[in-house]
Amino acid sequence: MHNSRWSEFAVESLIRVLGFSTVGLVALIFVFLLREGLPVLSEVALPNFLGRAWYPTFGSFGILPLVLGSVLVTVTAIAIALPLGLATAVFVREVAPGWAREILKPMIEVLAGIPSVVLGFFGMTMVAPWVRQTLGTATGLTAITGSLILTYMALPTLISVAEDALDAVPKSYRDAGLAMGATQWQTIWRVIVPAARSGIVTAAMLAMGRAIGETMAVMMVTGNAARMPTEWDALLRPVRTMTATVAAEMGEVAKGSTHYHALFAIGIVLFVITFAINMTAARAIFAKRRRGGLR
Amino acid sequence: MTKLDVSRLDFYYGSFRALTGVTVGIEERNITSLIGPSGCGKSTFLRCLNRMNDTIKGTRVEGKILLDGEDIYSISSDVVSLRCRVGMVFQRPNPFPQSVFDNVAFGPRVLGQTRGSDLAGRVEESLRGADLWDEVKDRLKQDALSLSLGQQQRLCIARVIAVQPEVILMDEPCSALDPIATLRVEDLMRALREHYTIIIVTHNMQQAARVSDYAGFFWLNDKRSGILAEYGTTRQIFTQPRDKRTEDYITGRFG
Ligand SMILES: Nc1ncnc2c1ncn2[C@@H]1O[C@H](COP(=O)(O)OP(=O)(O)O)[C@@H](O)[C@H]1O
Ligand SMILES: [Mg+2]
Repeated sequence: MHNSRWSEFAVESLIRVLGFSTVGLVALIFVFLLREGLPVLSEVALPNFLGRAWYPTFGSFGILPLVLGSVLVTVTAIAIALPLGLATAVFVREVAPGWAREILKPMIEVLAGIPSVVLGFFGMTMVAPWVRQTLGTATGLTAITGSLILTYMALPTLISVAEDALDAVPKSYRDAGLAMGATQWQTIWRVIVPAARSGIVTAAMLAMGRAIGETMAVMMVTGNAARMPTEWDALLRPVRTMTATVAAEMGEVAKGSTHYHALFAIGIVLFVITFAINMTAARAIFAKRRRGGLR
Repeated sequence: MTKLDVSRLDFYYGSFRALTGVTVGIEERNITSLIGPSGCGKSTFLRCLNRMNDTIKGTRVEGKILLDGEDIYSISSDVVSLRCRVGMVFQRPNPFPQSVFDNVAFGPRVLGQTRGSDLAGRVEESLRGADLWDEVKDRLKQDALSLSLGQQQRLCIARVIAVQPEVILMDEPCSALDPIATLRVEDLMRALREHYTIIIVTHNMQQAARVSDYAGFFWLNDKRSGILAEYGTTRQIFTQPRDKRTEDYITGRFG
């Protein structure tokens, strides 16, 4: 009796310590980023840092093209992945017969496990030539090529989270829709999908968080030109993302130099963006829980 | 007038025969209550009438159900138009997690019945019909789940009458409601009786006695399959039951 109570206490304390240390670790990383990145603000004028040109060799540290590059590639990827992933989730959850679901679900999980360098490889040898030929671009290494690869990477997350969201929709809504004389499709698009909306938004957010932080595959297929992606056909031209910049240049900078600090500052920006995206997703999840609990 | 004519209905979940030989004529613009212990097929029977059982795999129907003389299970009849004519209210209020307005407008929109200002008119008319208009007219845009359970159930009734059905099926519509909300739904049923044929499953004997004109008593046969043991006017069933089991059940000698 006494003994079990003590072990209960021990386990509880251990879990609490582990939980707090995870949070602590995240904080530590952030502090580290700040320490290495913030000095850039005293070394480079703010207009320069927020400027349109990234030429570290000539003292230009404008991160705008990199931020926009990341945003362009990521948002395009999610814009393609969301309808595809949602349609797939609907198919797997609502339409596919049991045996097809049994095959599809593990296959989707396997997709998530493909190493990103392999996807990059696939992008360089298959997708890039396809983009060049079909879209008639000068090079196959463009923003859209990166987006397509990211679409591929985002899909498994998106599908499985969206599928869970659809699964959580009470059967009673389905019954009500059908009993009203709605067809199966009308019931899916007008009742079930809207009811799962917050879960689907969460899925998109999580997928976006993953996509914006992706480095290797993107670096291999986007051409890495640090230019402002502001033309109307920017998608069809090379871009450079924040992650690719840090990965490509970190090996060559002298520790403690302005360039070094600037790369860390990019890390801070990336961290903040990812954090914001994940927080939005988490809030949607919690809001949903709270509402579910009240019912 | 007989609205629904059911003859020798057998129903199977896979190989399990849940209903055996149900024969009954449901009177138009009357309220028919179905009573009997749990598990003897009342819900199953109700779901045969709007073919909701079609959504469950491996089910099978034998026998005939005629709606205004037409076989609802014949190849030529279509489920969508059947379900417009035969609406259903469920045990737990199940409004969609959308606005009050959108809930009521759902049917007319999906069926392409009305648009624009006609739609608003239809929504108001249905909410009035369900005795809910005065309570929600200022919050049509609010989430339907913010209503009380009793209001939610009346909203579900409004949602059904918005498509102007002929028959309304109700499966224990008050079992999740408090006594006051229950009385309001009963009042509503009596008002709806003028325009609709209503069939209600209930475990509440007083409710059956209070609201219904006709009553059917379900029971299990020796193979544990549901049968309609007795059917008649509510007065006859409650005052001079022919079947000993009916008498025992309504006087509370069974669960
Ligand atoms: N979806 C189903 N699949 C298989 N059996 C079912 C299903 N629904 C109900 N049954 C069975 O059919 C019988 C009648 O159930 P039901 O119609 O719900 O009874 P009641 O509404 O009178 O309580 C029960 O034995 C029940 O277990
Ligand atoms: Mg039942």
